[in-house]
Amino acid sequence: MIWNAFLLAIREIRRNLMRSILTMLGIIIGVAAVVTMVTVGNGATAKIAKEISTLGSNLLMVRPGQHFGPGRGNSNAKAFTMDDVKAIKQDVSSIIAVAPTATASVTAVFGNNNWTTTVVGSDNDYFTTGNWTLSSGRFFSNAELKAGKTSCIIGQTIIKQLFPDLRSPESVVGQNIRLKTFSCHIIGVLDSKGQSMMGNDQDDTIVMPIKTVQRRLIGDQDVKMIRISVKPNIDTGVVNRAITLLLRDRRHLSDREKNDFSVLDTREITKALTGSTKVMTMLLGAVAAVSLIVGGIGIMNIMLVSVTERTREIGIRMAIGALEREVLLQFLVEAVVLSSLGGIIGIILAILASAGLSHVMSVPYILDFDMMGIAFAFSAMVGVVFGYFPARNAARLNPIDALRHE
Amino acid sequence: MTAAEPLEQTSGKEAPLIAFENITKTYGQGASAFTALKGVNFQIDAGEFVAIMGPSGSGKSTVMNTLGCLDTPTSGHYYFQGVAVETLTHDQRAILRRHYLGFVFQGFNLLARTSAIENVELPLLYRGMKTAERREEARKALALVGLDGWENHAPSELSGGQQQRVAIARALVTHPKVLLADEPTGNLDTQRSKEIMELLTQLNQELGITVIMVTHESEMAAYASRLIHFVDGLVETDMPQSERAG
Ligand SMILES: Nc1ncnc2c1ncn2[C@@H]1O[C@H](COP(=O)(O)OP(=O)(O)OP(=O)(O)O)[C@@H](O)[C@H]1O
Ligand SMILES: [Mg+2]
Repeated sequence: MIWNAFLLAIREIRRNLMRSILTMLGIIIGVAAVVTMVTVGNGATAKIAKEISTLGSNLLMVRPGQHFGPGRGNSNAKAFTMDDVKAIKQDVSSIIAVAPTATASVTAVFGNNNWTTTVVGSDNDYFTTGNWTLSSGRFFSNAELKAGKTSCIIGQTIIKQLFPDLRSPESVVGQNIRLKTFSCHIIGVLDSKGQSMMGNDQDDTIVMPIKTVQRRLIGDQDVKMIRISVKPNIDTGVVNRAITLLLRDRRHLSDREKNDFSVLDTREITKALTGSTKVMTMLLGAVAAVSLIVGGIGIMNIMLVSVTERTREIGIRMAIGALEREVLLQFLVEAVVLSSLGGIIGIILAILASAGLSHVMSVPYILDFDMMGIAFAFSAMVGVVFGYFPARNAARLNPIDALRHE
Repeated sequence: MTAAEPLEQTSGKEAPLIAFENITKTYGQGASAFTALKGVNFQIDAGEFVAIMGPSGSGKSTVMNTLGCLDTPTSGHYYFQGVAVETLTHDQRAILRRHYLGFVFQGFNLLARTSAIENVELPLLYRGMKTAERREEARKALALVGLDGWENHAPSELSGGQQQRVAIARALVTHPKVLLADEPTGNLDTQRSKEIMELLTQLNQELGITVIMVTHESEMAAYASRLIHFVDGLVETDMPQSERAG
């Protein structure tokens, strides 16, 4: 009986090729649209998540002044000192690393090449807080940090700009580059981190002991920013509050006064950004769902338009002795075959289209099999519902009434 | 009631093959209601060859549809081998049609865009016959009605008469117990009509198939052994051909 139903279903599909193709087209478009959009959306989310991870995980950044972000903010706010850094290290628990930083913009020179970049003065904790790893060389020694030696660890962009003819990046270790009035000994090279979320090149950096930067490039003892890594699985909010209390106390702020510094929690940024990409994916998904529904309506229309012919067909089959269930099985097989074929073609198209789109948008290519399943199931359901229920109604009629249907 | 042998003789051997008791059929409701059959009574025994005649609109096709279990009467009883058809379920009636009845429609009712041979083999397919055997039987049935060589033509590529012969082939391919033919020669020339009548006579005499046929032509009715004449939804005369001749 199954085999007969299958045979009859295939016959009907071939006999009504145009109708079959149009039905499949609805499914193909719906499935392809949903799967493509969600795949690309997921890729974009993954890309942003990756960028966030280069920012440093569980990172708190403390700056003087009320406003964080571009611009100096409140310029009369007192800078931090190395004592503040020490106090944080001593009094605040659940932290891994505390890195004081002071930055200066400097032109670096090697041979005939020069390149203006940012020099960050800090200590080895800086690398922990920024998820930086070395591609060659070493980190600072304690002696270098204490004495404020002119040792530097450079990013990949500096190598590209100052040593354009270089064959192996390791060989820059041991070279000297000129910064302003002094020459600086390269002791290490950082692994590439690429662009940050804000679009600036994170590899365009030189790191030196903070003392060196303060003394030789800036000319004061100020710590411009403190970066703090919190232990994983610890609520950064609690640490944030502890630091705030400590700094308020050290800066002698009364209860009435507002903070004259600000603490930025990267987890908050992460939350906001992943939140917005999730919204994006959902939006794309919603747009795609509409096309799935439109595809479904297309299938429905085709099924309903052909209902008269199909009702007569059912009348003929019943008149020559087909059982209701045999007719229904045939229609069910027909709908399942068309929906599956359409669904498979749609998924193949989506895989190709999203591979292309991911490439063009340079986002990772992550296939979402759940989504494929859902899209497939939905279109199959539409096909089956609109193929099956009109058939069931027709098969319950007296054959003569089905034959007379118009 | 099994799929293979749906009807058991319930009331002994004397039960006629077919019995109509006060069958009425009313189409529509209220003011637009139209009563096409107004209390029809007759019995037909196995092996008979019956011709039904009557003016257009007298209810001949309605009677045939009822006989073929394609339609249900408004009131009255239809006994098939002693079984009251109105007590059968939807599926049981389908089984009855599948194993006992062959129907030739006035309007052919072939599947569109489907070859003649596929149309003819369809009832065998529902009977569960194997593919090769089914093809062979369908080919033979088409040959019987003079359509060898037309197996792969779709209805739209066939003349009215050829379509009618495909419909006849489809009805007789199963060797039904009862062959119901609603104007089987309506679209055929005299020569073809005679051939079809001879075929029906042969099926009736050699295979014992009961044939019930509607026709407008007395020439064709003459092949039958009994003539029922309908007027205005009622049986007007019902007699053997010998009496009519005499
Ligand atoms: N589905 C229907 N709805 C309403 N009236 C119907 C329907 N089918 C048949 N009739 C009416 O019932 C009457 C009998 O119809 P039927 O088809 O049985 O006539 P007939 O004797 O076969 O005529 P013909 O020789 O023209 O085929 C006709 O008056 C027709 O109008
Ligand atoms: Mg008629």
